[in-house]
Formats: sequence, structure tokens, C-alpha cells
Amino acid sequence: MPEQTKSAISVKNLTKKFSHNFVAVDNISFEVEAGSIFAFLGPNGAGKTTTIKMLTTLVHPTSGSISINGMDPVQRPHDVRQSFGIVFQDPSLDDELTAYENMFFHAGLYGVPRADTPAKIEDMMKFVELWDRKDDLVKTFSGGMKRRLEIARGLLHTPAILFLDEPTTGLDPQTRNYIWTYIKKLNEERGLTVFFTTHYMEEAERSAQRVAVIDHGKIIASDTPAAIVAASGTANLEDAFIKLTGRAIREQEAGGLDQLRNMAQRWGRR
Amino acid sequence: MQSKIFYPIYILWLRQIKRYFRSKSRIIGGLAQPIVFLVALGFGFGSIFASAGQGNYIQFLSPGIIAMSIMFTAVFSGIELIWDRQFGFLKETMVAPVGRMTIMFGRTLGGATTATIQGVIVFLLTLIIGFRPDIAAVLWGLLFMLGIGLVFTALGTAIASTMEDMQGFGLIINLVNMPLFFLSGALFPLTTAPAFIRWIAFFNPLTYGVDGLRAAFTGVSQYNIGVDALVVAGVIVIFVSLGAWLFSRVEV
Repeated sequence: MPEQTKSAISVKNLTKKFSHNFVAVDNISFEVEAGSIFAFLGPNGAGKTTTIKMLTTLVHPTSGSISINGMDPVQRPHDVRQSFGIVFQDPSLDDELTAYENMFFHAGLYGVPRADTPAKIEDMMKFVELWDRKDDLVKTFSGGMKRRLEIARGLLHTPAILFLDEPTTGLDPQTRNYIWTYIKKLNEERGLTVFFTTHYMEEAERSAQRVAVIDHGKIIASDTPAAIVAASGTANLEDAFIKLTGRAIREQEAGGLDQLRNMAQRWGRR
Repeated sequence: MQSKIFYPIYILWLRQIKRYFRSKSRIIGGLAQPIVFLVALGFGFGSIFASAGQGNYIQFLSPGIIAMSIMFTAVFSGIELIWDRQFGFLKETMVAPVGRMTIMFGRTLGGATTATIQGVIVFLLTLIIGFRPDIAAVLWGLLFMLGIGLVFTALGTAIASTMEDMQGFGLIINLVNMPLFFLSGALFPLTTAPAFIRWIAFFNPLTYGVDGLRAAFTGVSQYNIGVDALVVAGVIVIFVSLGAWLFSRVEV
């Protein structure tokens, strides 16, 4: 790792404009210290997912600079991809494959040496307590099990950063608690940098060392959870968040993805 | 040292193969249509075909039906990209340190292989129904099957790359698959067809796939088997390039 910075993620004046001059992300800057847990919060449509897509090489920024583990995602996409793991908002597992096969294919795509692959898969699957289900098709898994498998898969190529886009949405409190136990353990034992988004403010308050709040494409607060709560003169992060971003409910137009989601539900995911 | 290009291609290919053999319902469902066509048309029109002096209709029709089943399986596996794109594996592959071209090639090879397997199953069924091919030419036949598979998996991928959701799926089947199949010489000899049908068929890549398959298996064909092979190879290059280009523009 280049030692010029202790930042795992460094973002400067980052902007993303889409067609029709819609500015999804508007001149944001922030740093994520290596080995820390960072929460990226904001209402729906605030620019969270666009930011994550830029950080993870899926979308090119309009202007500004990004450094992931000291590398530019636009210049060196493959090196950057090799250096992070990601759990998407929507499941990205192959339901028709077994848990083990999902892991095996991930290892293949990330160039994990074949000789090391079985041991690594076993290690990660034992870590998320899914080893006894390794030969079951993923479609038989519950939402929480899929999430755990995705976390295990995201870590298979030993990345330095793990991105989690709403990792606990739709899970019951038990499973959420379970997942956060894993994430914290990874952070503490393996020094993993964690960048996550969530709508559960208490998760950010409890787990993150630093929090950034984004709204209408701009970062409106960036500090420790305690400092944000103190500055807003509220009792907890949830109230501080509401105070910062307002009470209005953000309506998102149902795009193709939402329609597809509905269809997938109706068809029982094939 | 495992290759950074070929190993991921193999991985993506293997995934398609595993999925194919696991979805028994799709394999069997995919056989229903060719069987209906073979039985209903093959036996229904057999006597008319023979009395028109064209010979044994099963012998004529079987390569066409094999080609059809390959085309349908191939287009479908290309179109599956839409599902993968929003929900499944595609996002996972897009953030992997693997080039878009590699992903496209792996998927296309996998789709074409499964389509070829489907074609071989239909081929075995035609043998039961009464098709008597020249077994010495089976290798040529397999090459044409794989060629048809590559052409139409790439076409399906190209179409899927431009589509946001599955709404247009029925449209594709009706607007692309059906005309390509019916106007390809799969069902009737083009030599005796009206001029405008011959013209459409002339620009239809499936025509050359069917013709090549028929040439390989029965020795009877409209064009020389070498011409068929050249055209199919050319169309593979064009469609794979088109698919790769459109796929490189896909955003997730």
C-alpha cells in the first residue's frame, strides 16, 4: 500500500451530472481513514448509491478526484476492483448455484490462486457460519443467509475495504445484530475498512467512527456520530438526521428496476 | 499461473453450463416446441411434400428444427442478461477485475454451448422420429450447431444490452425469433419459394445455419457448405463485435 496517506478512501470535489443537467452528486469531499468504520447516510435519492458506484468503478465521475487505497478508479479500475469487496443493495448472488459455487466463481473472477481457493472459501464460510450449507442452492437461503454469504464472498479476495450498501435492509433485528457482529469482528481482527450506507440510524450511531450525511448531492454534515448529535442539539442520530435533512418524504419515481423487482417477486425469482 | 483472461472466461462459461443442467424444466420445456413441430409438420405435411416431388419431409425438416431449437435457446440465454443485470450475477462480474469483453465472451461461449447441447438432444429426438442423417458428417453438423449458437447468443446479448427490463421480451420473441425461423428455409425449400421470401431469407443468418446443417447431415442444400460456413463465421464476427460493443456501454 502506498504510504503517502492513511486514508483508505479520499474524495475531493467529486461531482456527477447525468443527462438533463441533473446533478446527483455535487462537489463532495471526504476522507475515510484506513481501518475505520464509516457510515454514509442520506434520504432516498440523495446521491448515496451514485457515490458508491463512482467509488467502486461502476460510474465515471463528471469531475473531481477519487483515491481508493491510493489508486484512481478511472485510471486503474482493475487494481481498484481487486482492492475492495462490495455487498450491493440488491442481492447479486446466483440463486441457481450452490453457496460454494458462488464463492468458487468469485475466487475465479478475482484471480485467487486455485491452490488457495478451497481453504479460503472454507475459512470465510465458517466465519459467517454457512459452511454446513455450502452445497445448498442459494435460492433455498433466507434473506439473512444470503447477506452473510455475500459478505463472505466480498471478502474472499482479501480486500482492504468493504463497501456495504444498505446491508441490513429488510432483515429482522436478530439477523441485523448478527451481521453487525461479523462486520465489527472483521474490522477489529483484520483491520478491514468498512464503508456502509443504511437507513437505520442506530446502526450508524453504534458502529461507525465517522458519519457523513448527504442530501441533494451535497454533504451537509461530516463528523463523529456524537459530534453530529451534539451540534444539532438533539437526543440521538435519528433526530439529528431528521433535523438536518427535513421531514419531507422523498418520492422516488419507480424506474425500470422497481418494476423488475415487482415482477421478480411475482414470479418468485424464477 | 492461471490466466487473467482465459480463466475468467472459463468460469463464466462453467456457470452457464451448470445453470443449464440444473434447470431440468427448461431443458424439457425447450423440447416441447421442436417435438410439436416435428410431429405435426413432419407427419402432417409429409405426404404433400413427397407428392410435390421433394422427397422425405422429415429428412428435410429435421435440420431446420434442430437449428430452430438452438436459435431459441441461444437468444434466450443472451436475453437472460437482463435478469442478471438487475438482480443476479452481472453486478458481481461488473465490479470484478475482469474486462467487459472477457465477460461478454464467457457468457456467449457458455450460452452457445448450452444451445448446442439442446440442439444435440433435439438431433437425437429426430433420429427416433425417422431422420436418417449421414453420420460421417456429424462433426460438420456440430460445428454448424455451435455456429448458430454463437450467432444467436451474441444477438440476444446485443438486444439485452439495449433493454432496461423484461417488458420487451415477448416482442423480441415475436419480432425477431419467429420471422427469422419461418423465413429461413427451415420449413420449406427456398428454391421454390416466391422471390420476396428468397430475398428476405438471403439476409437471414439462420438461412445459412439451416442450409449448412442440412448440407452436413443430408448432403442436400441450396448453397455450398463452404459458403454456408463462411457466412456463419462472418455473422459470428459481426454479432459478437456488436454484442461486445453494446455490452461495453451497459451501466449497472
